[in-house]
Amino acid sequence: MGDERLDLLQGTLDLMVLQTLMAMGAQHGYGIARRIEQVSGNQVLLNQGTIYASLVRLEQRGWIRSKWGVSGNNRKARFYSITNTGKRQLAEDAHYWQRLTTVMERMFAMGPAADEEPGEA
Amino acid sequence: MLRRLRRRTWAFFAKRALDAELEAEFEAHLQLAIDEYLEHGMSPAEARRQALIDFGGIDQAREKQREARGLMHIDILLQDLRYTVRKLLRDPGFTAVAVLILMLGIGANIAVFSVVNTLMLRPLPFPDAHELVWVAPPPAKCGLSCATYSTDAYDEFRVGSRVYQDVTGYFAFSLPGNLRVSVGNGVPVPATGIDVIQNFFQVLGVHPAMGRLFSADDARPGAAPVILLTDAYWRRQFAADPNIVGKAFDINGKQTTIIGVLPKTFDFGAVFSPGAKIDALTPLSLYGDPRNWGNIVTFIGRLKPGVTLAQAQQDAAAVAPGMCWNNRYPRSCGSYKTPVPTPLNDYVIGRLRRSLVVLWCAVGMILLIACVNLSNLLLARAAARSKEFAMRAALGAGRGRIVRQLLTESIVLSAVGAVLGLALAAVLLEWLSHQGAIALPLLSQLRIDGATLGWTVLTAAASAVFFGIVPGLRIAAGNLHEALKDSSAGAGQGRKHERLRSVLVVSEVALACVLLVGAGLLLRSFLRVLDVDLGFQPERAAAIKVEYDDNAPTREASAQKRTVIFQQVISRVSALPGVEAAGITDYLPLDRNRSWGTPFPKGEKRPEKLNAGPLVYVITPGYLRAMGTSIRGRDFEWDDGPKKETVVLINQTYARYLASFTHWPNNDAVGQILDRGGSDVRVIGVTDDVHEEAVEGDAGFQIYYLATQEGPAGAELVIRTTLPPAQLASSVLHTLREMNPNQPAAEFKPISMLVDHANSPRRFFMLLVGSFAMLGLLLAALGIYGVISYSVTRRTQEIGIRMALGARAGLIQRQVLSQSLWLVIVGIAVGAVISVGTAHLVASLLYATSPWDAATYCAIAAALLVVALVSGYVPARRASQINPLVALRAD
Repeated sequence: MGDERLDLLQGTLDLMVLQTLMAMGAQHGYGIARRIEQVSGNQVLLNQGTIYASLVRLEQRGWIRSKWGVSGNNRKARFYSITNTGKRQLAEDAHYWQRLTTVMERMFAMGPAADEEPGEA
Repeated sequence: MLRRLRRRTWAFFAKRALDAELEAEFEAHLQLAIDEYLEHGMSPAEARRQALIDFGGIDQAREKQREARGLMHIDILLQDLRYTVRKLLRDPGFTAVAVLILMLGIGANIAVFSVVNTLMLRPLPFPDAHELVWVAPPPAKCGLSCATYSTDAYDEFRVGSRVYQDVTGYFAFSLPGNLRVSVGNGVPVPATGIDVIQNFFQVLGVHPAMGRLFSADDARPGAAPVILLTDAYWRRQFAADPNIVGKAFDINGKQTTIIGVLPKTFDFGAVFSPGAKIDALTPLSLYGDPRNWGNIVTFIGRLKPGVTLAQAQQDAAAVAPGMCWNNRYPRSCGSYKTPVPTPLNDYVIGRLRRSLVVLWCAVGMILLIACVNLSNLLLARAAARSKEFAMRAALGAGRGRIVRQLLTESIVLSAVGAVLGLALAAVLLEWLSHQGAIALPLLSQLRIDGATLGWTVLTAAASAVFFGIVPGLRIAAGNLHEALKDSSAGAGQGRKHERLRSVLVVSEVALACVLLVGAGLLLRSFLRVLDVDLGFQPERAAAIKVEYDDNAPTREASAQKRTVIFQQVISRVSALPGVEAAGITDYLPLDRNRSWGTPFPKGEKRPEKLNAGPLVYVITPGYLRAMGTSIRGRDFEWDDGPKKETVVLINQTYARYLASFTHWPNNDAVGQILDRGGSDVRVIGVTDDVHEEAVEGDAGFQIYYLATQEGPAGAELVIRTTLPPAQLASSVLHTLREMNPNQPAAEFKPISMLVDHANSPRRFFMLLVGSFAMLGLLLAALGIYGVISYSVTRRTQEIGIRMALGARAGLIQRQVLSQSLWLVIVGIAVGAVISVGTAHLVASLLYATSPWDAATYCAIAAALLVVALVSGYVPARRASQINPLVALRAD
């Protein structure tokens, strides 16, 4: 992918946040953002601030919940955790993504077209 | 989905708290990031810088989060609203005119909708009103007597019918002021009561507000007299006394107990007798004297659930042969034609339906004209603001946003107009609901209700979109660059605007033309109705109800007693200054009536099928002269006493009808003998045909008996005066009191009032449609003025050049005027075509007027042309006064 970082597709960030919370348990916004950056090997172009739009969206849908708490180094922060509905949604979305990537891989696996012009009678 | 909406809505309102929380979260985020960088050994300043870079734009993040959580559209809407209100307040002239137009248009629509809804759309004010039917004989030309049944027939019908839950009825011949109520020791006060069959309220489903309803016992002959008060009468006469139930008052000389007060929603007159004020209800004794009074009651039935009208008709056909006029005369059994059940709603409203629809259309057209007019105003305004919009577009406002802004403006205008219109309608309806004199049913029930409010919102929204969308789209489609260029006479754009505005004006004129033609036709037929020769002269005549006591052991003694009283009354009243003639009748024309069988030429065989009997009036000598009805032959005289030959007067139509069965010299009925079911009567004169039942239509048969020979149902003293009737009222009442201290303070009512009352529905609709047409004309004039005036302003330079080149002021003026004339001529042409095409819709409302009446069309066209000239004149004059020097220098 060279040195250009990935623009995120619509909805991808939401899915990443869900997966992060699923894997790490309760986490604050900064933690989630850092985790995504780390896991992606800094390949995604993430303005950390944009994660809050995603968080509010997920919370309104009832997929995550939040409460204020204290972080490991004694900072007050808002902690998010995934709900049961969120887990179901994540499973569904993950399944969808896997199917989609499989299909996309197959699409790209097609060889270059042979130089056959449609036959003219 | 719903939960999200709820949260978003909540988020919208809790904006401040959520924003604060978000800020705190951002702060925590940055702190955490800084902490981490510090751990890696960065300097605090560098750590903060790096954290901010990672975070990205804080403002952007904030906006995104807000967008995700809340209702962005409403934010924009509020912005638009604030802007709109500022903008409208800055142009108070325009705003005032627009709001005024909308107030009139929407207000008229609300008021008419309320009338239409109350009269036509809503069921009658009774529970399960669709089950109620009015049962009457097929229509016949002999008044109420042929539209009612005897009590014996009622019994048979009630028992014999299988389709009704129950059948009731009321006595149809009660006269206004038939109750003399003595409260305390004062003079008796007249009130109007109706005798109803005891189950009347149970059948209609009316429950008393206080006390109880009639029971079967109350209607037995000889039962203690009881009475139910209407809400209005209870408030007026008894000051809403909460302990009224159980009190007894002297009514018509009998101690009568008040057993209850009816609810406010029950208005007998409003449903069964439009324009009449009914104060109280009394039980009709079916098995007492009324049994021998012939046809006196109407039928109202409540069908069993699920029974159709067709089934009810079949059932009526099966019952009819068993119905007797009087059970004591077996020959009278089966003499009734099959009763016709009609839905009660149709009976009450049926005739008015077409008028109401026309009224509704008329008022809808007003709103349409108002919208077109506003569209025009907004276009003019938008043209002036095109630079503003172009600037906003250049600064990045999307077209959608600009259209939305314009629509917001029209919605604000229309909302304000609707609120004011609602107030206007409330005033109108309040006034209308107290117009007891208009003979339209259910008027007293008019009020602003939920449906009316719904309709208000609907009209307001529809008009906002209607008048806002055209200018909005026009602006949005406009050319940005052209508008931004500083050439104010932006030629192409301006001309396009003008063409669109001309189309709008033409349609306005066309609509106004259609309205005016409709109103003109209604006015013309109203004038025709006023011109009808009624057979009596209503001007300068008045009537007052006279109380008398002719109780005597025998008919003859009673007749003699009555003769003395009537003769005295008439001679003393005639002696009053200003009285030209006076006489007494029992029924007045255009009021109640009855008939008593058909006297037939003596010696001729009665045909099997005889037309229905003549309407009967029992009168004294002098009555016909007082009414202004002329007689061929002679009038009654006091000498035609109870012991002399029975004499009658008949009207021309009846005389002609009788003559067709016999051979009278010259076919003249005067002096001939008629057979009146066994006894002879002599015709001493033939009178003019009097319009007894309705002002419109032909007169039926009439016969006059002499009050000294026949028993009258009451006494209405009719006086013809040289003075305005009101001036005589007190002296006449004083004279009557001198002779009879029990004479109540009855109303002294001009005869012309009876005619007005009969004409009131026609006048009502004519006035309404007429005022709508006037409003339409005014709006159209405004529209013409606006367009011409705008076009003159736009062409100031052009006109200036032409004048500099030598064009005369007169020529310029003529050209501008002809422009306005053209608009109107096209409008009239379109309007006339629409009118001709739709005229058949009003045809049934017209009287002796063709829906294609050429005179009306011409008058309307002329009126519109005059309006065009007047509204074009002002801008034309302005154009002709343009100073070429100033015009060319400007800009």
